[in-house]
Amino acid sequence: MVKAKTEERYFRKFSRYFKKNWQLYVLFLLPGLLLTLIFKYLPMFGIIIAFEEYSPFQGYFGSEWIGLYNFERLFSSTEFGRLLVNTLKLSGYNLIWSFFPPIILALLLNRVRRTGLRKKAQLILYLPYFISIIVLAGMIRLFFSPVGPINAILGTSTDFMAEPGWFRTLYIGSGIWQCAGWSSIIYTATLSGVSQELIDAAKIDGATVLQQIWNVELPALKPVIVIQFILSAGNIMSIGFEKVFAMQTDLNKVVSDIIPTYVYRLGLQMGDYGYSTAVGLFNSVVNLILLVAVNYIVSKLNEGEGL
Amino acid sequence: MKKHVKKGITQDRIIIWTGNAILIVFLALILVPVVYILLCSIMDPSVRSSVGVSLDVKDWTLEGYRRVFQDDNIWRGFRNSFIYSISFTAISVFVTLLAAYPMSREDFMGRKFFNAIFIFTMFFGGGLMPTYLVMDQLNLVNTDWAVLLPGALNVWNMILARSYYKTVPGELREAAAVDGATDLQYFFKVLIPVCKPIIAVLCLYQFVAQWNSYFDAMIYLDDLEMQPLQLVIRAILVQNQINPNLVANMEKLAETAKLADLLKYSTIVISSVPLLLMYPFFSKYFEKGMMIGSVKG
Repeated sequence: MVKAKTEERYFRKFSRYFKKNWQLYVLFLLPGLLLTLIFKYLPMFGIIIAFEEYSPFQGYFGSEWIGLYNFERLFSSTEFGRLLVNTLKLSGYNLIWSFFPPIILALLLNRVRRTGLRKKAQLILYLPYFISIIVLAGMIRLFFSPVGPINAILGTSTDFMAEPGWFRTLYIGSGIWQCAGWSSIIYTATLSGVSQELIDAAKIDGATVLQQIWNVELPALKPVIVIQFILSAGNIMSIGFEKVFAMQTDLNKVVSDIIPTYVYRLGLQMGDYGYSTAVGLFNSVVNLILLVAVNYIVSKLNEGEGL
Repeated sequence: MKKHVKKGITQDRIIIWTGNAILIVFLALILVPVVYILLCSIMDPSVRSSVGVSLDVKDWTLEGYRRVFQDDNIWRGFRNSFIYSISFTAISVFVTLLAAYPMSREDFMGRKFFNAIFIFTMFFGGGLMPTYLVMDQLNLVNTDWAVLLPGALNVWNMILARSYYKTVPGELREAAAVDGATDLQYFFKVLIPVCKPIIAVLCLYQFVAQWNSYFDAMIYLDDLEMQPLQLVIRAILVQNQINPNLVANMEKLAETAKLADLLKYSTIVISSVPLLLMYPFFSKYFEKGMMIGSVKG
């Protein structure tokens, strides 16, 4: 009774608001909302085919319901262990190696006192980010080919792209090369907000450079570092498909085959729609759990400050 | 006491110089491959394979560029990529700027609800096949819309725009309201003109994203005529499929291989030129854009 009344009151309040501000809903929000509903939420309902023996002719509701069979198939398949390990290793190592270079670069740039010089350095640092994944993969193939410049310098003729042992190193190394500068912007921007007076005051107190970094700059960066860490850790399972796919060769597949490339192969090349969706769903759910878990742990460690 | 201070200063000098040295090494690691590629793209293939790069103009050739420009696929790829990137940027930035406006208003009823709808898509999605099936059922496969619409509303960009709007003083809107301006009039006449920096950043992000992407085009566009540049150069750089007409006239197989590498270097340079030309004009906005995102995201 009381609830119904408040609901009614809320509805009346809303319709008054809507009459006055209809433009906000219809002209401003609607286009973006429609795009989101059609291209993000409709596919979420399509996940239903993970539990079906999906056939395009019978559709979402006509296909045979097979429950968790696709998941049993995944967990009992011989490839599952290898794919999971490949995915976790590639993104785990990537997180460890790629997380700190941007912070270090920002701290280094912050010490370059001459603005003109710093701006030039930044222009160079951000440049590789604008190179496409395809071009980057092409560069790696040229540089690390048996007759390429790297082998010429080393005096060897290793075919790096065919060597499973080199895949992760090349993937992560090229990632740092391409993104460390760009990712440092967020830290540089934060540091530029730290008043120079604070650092000067520390200097007058006789603090060494390391003490200044430890006591002034790092505390200023801490909130950004926490958010960046949660976001990267929460993306562990959604490691860039595009780059892995561009760097994959038949010979390095042993380590470069990860869950997203498997989903692609199953779904679009082999036409196993339902199973492919199930594997993709497993990946997204693990990803979501990781994000929530990391957010929880970090916020516990960080006095309640999470995302 | 004095000695202690002095020791600190020497230590500081060492640390600062080590830091600068690391920075210089990193800059060199970025610049050397870039310069190397530029040089290789104009290096006579037989000189490159025997002595490596040389700075002697005599060893230079524009053969690579000449041949790449003879490739119709490259031209078509360029044209398609320009069309896709410009249309995508226009659609995406427009829709994102619009949607961000109500989300920036504290009084907007349902703000939290709509916010949750948008944010959730950042962390969970339907995945490859369900998305493909939706595109298929909407008859968007093999149409331009397949690469233009799905990523058009970028939630992260919407958050950036929203945060920027919030830095605009509320008095402006109050004044506009007193003058009887509707939200639409206020948005286009007052808000947008003062938001140029964030609009520049969003345009740059979306143009670069579309120019460099290949995955959506790979799965949704089967028609060769519609392929963007990245798919065209993927065939050359990654799949090693080089138009046989371009490496013809070469008698020996080894020569063909060397020429193929020359074409790859030229292709890399040519395909990166548009972004590199844009780059200096937009670079002053990078930090601004990131700053907005980091402080209030």
